[in-house]
Amino acid sequence: MSRLPGKVVQHGVLIAFTIAAILPIYMMISASLRTQGAFLDQPLGFPTSPSLDAYRTALNDQFPRWLLNSTILTIGSVTITLTFSAFAAFAFSRWRIPGGDSLLAGMIALMVLPPVVLVVPLFLLGTELNAIDTFRFVIVIYVGLMMPFSVYMLTAYFRTLPPALIEAAEMDGAGSFQVFSRVVLPLSGAPLITLAVVNMLWVWNELLIALVFLQSDHSRTLMAGLTAFQNRYNLDIPVVMAGLSLATLPIMALYLFGQRFFLRGLVGGAVKGE
Amino acid sequence: MSKPAGSRRKRRSRRRTPWQALVWIAPAFLSIAFVFGYGVYRVVEEALHREGKWVGLDNLRIVIHDPPFRTAVGHNLRLLLTLPIIIVIALMLAILLYEGLRGWRIHRFAVFLPYILPVPVVGVLFGQILTLHGMLNSSLEAVGLGGLAHDWLGDPNIALYSLASVIIWKELGFGVILFLARLLSLPGELYEAAKVDGAGFWRSHWHVTLPLMRSIIGFYVVIEGITLVSWVFSYVYVMTRGGPGDATQVTETYIYDNAFTSDIPWLAASAATVLLLGFLALAAAFLVFRAVLPKRSLR
Repeated sequence: MSRLPGKVVQHGVLIAFTIAAILPIYMMISASLRTQGAFLDQPLGFPTSPSLDAYRTALNDQFPRWLLNSTILTIGSVTITLTFSAFAAFAFSRWRIPGGDSLLAGMIALMVLPPVVLVVPLFLLGTELNAIDTFRFVIVIYVGLMMPFSVYMLTAYFRTLPPALIEAAEMDGAGSFQVFSRVVLPLSGAPLITLAVVNMLWVWNELLIALVFLQSDHSRTLMAGLTAFQNRYNLDIPVVMAGLSLATLPIMALYLFGQRFFLRGLVGGAVKGE
Repeated sequence: MSKPAGSRRKRRSRRRTPWQALVWIAPAFLSIAFVFGYGVYRVVEEALHREGKWVGLDNLRIVIHDPPFRTAVGHNLRLLLTLPIIIVIALMLAILLYEGLRGWRIHRFAVFLPYILPVPVVGVLFGQILTLHGMLNSSLEAVGLGGLAHDWLGDPNIALYSLASVIIWKELGFGVILFLARLLSLPGELYEAAKVDGAGFWRSHWHVTLPLMRSIIGFYVVIEGITLVSWVFSYVYVMTRGGPGDATQVTETYIYDNAFTSDIPWLAASAATVLLLGFLALAAAFLVFRAVLPKRSLR
């Protein structure tokens, strides 16, 4: 008897939170598909006659440039991070390195260190080296920041691989690099993809370092560009919303592609914060 | 049977470390050493100097007594108070999803959606929604609740709460997914047993679920606690830039402003050093805590 109203309340709570979660996203997409006039007339209305004008305006601005910059930074830094961390994780899992376990424990501490602590000193160095506004300096910083989590996670995985496989390969005369590339890597597809997805999302969404180190219009990333974009089109909300939708699109695509890996990365080793 | 295998493994791992191990580790080590090692060294170095002169701990003393810095740290701590709210709501939603109501997959997807949006996107979006003539106020007026309209981000008395609400909106999904994953891994017989004993919805979750969720909640508290104390820069910078006045200033924006807007690098470096020391203390506490805790609970 008492279960029926209970179920109704339970459904009600879920539906309320679902609406609260989706409504702002709906506002973003629906506003982006309308003209300024139609939007001001009825801010929450459904885009009955969708217009792509806002997207056209956004894409005619510097948006494509920012999109390209973010893509270069993301692919460059994540590729390097994955390569270096896989090398290190291989060594940590294969040999007993003196002090290795303390190093790995120290990595956990580094993961939680707020990047804002490092921004001031690295900016001073960047000015001295004349490296502000260059992608290579930012990539070096991103690689360093992603490294502790990446090494930690891959080491934990590589250590679960059966030693017998590696010993068998050695018996056949394989050198370390062959063991790494022919035995360890082919067995590590899932964790490598997980790590790639988690790191790509982090770089793509990163704001603080992008803001400080890439200040000119031609080197700006998408996330830093968005904040400038907001001020430029302060009065044309559909254009701002179109910009936001465009910035979210690649993330959504990556998420849908890697949903399985993404969730595993978050739930399994979500020590990265934002 | 298992003994020989175990000792063989030990023998393998005790084998002498070849020099080439260093080559494998070097690239990762150097990049960490450059960013973290050099960064930490240089920030402390800068904090001990002012205008080229060695001043010892004087700068740190100035920062700690700087009223804006204290305000900023206070705001970080107040943002930390949203943590219990996030946890209670996330637990409730995870349990409701676990109960397998009709359409729970759709609800799970919807609740998780905000978490995958980039923080700067969330910031700009809510900046537009929450302004004086934004979508929230105009929809309140449309349904005749115009009296509830506020300048959500422009009123210094409520700006921090508006900010906290946006953070909750975005961060909630992660907690729900994490808790739901843990719930689904619990043996279902436990609930059968509780039901046989006559426990209803509340009692079975209070006595069965919560005790088993303790470690995952602890994990989440650590993660979100770190987020709320030291990773809120993107939210604050995009939505309010710390304003109005210093109503939403946090430690990160304090450092950023002093370094890049007011151009007082030594003050920024000193604040960063204070933050660093705070984090070293927390990390040490965490490592001790981890060593004491059974290993399983962090998985």
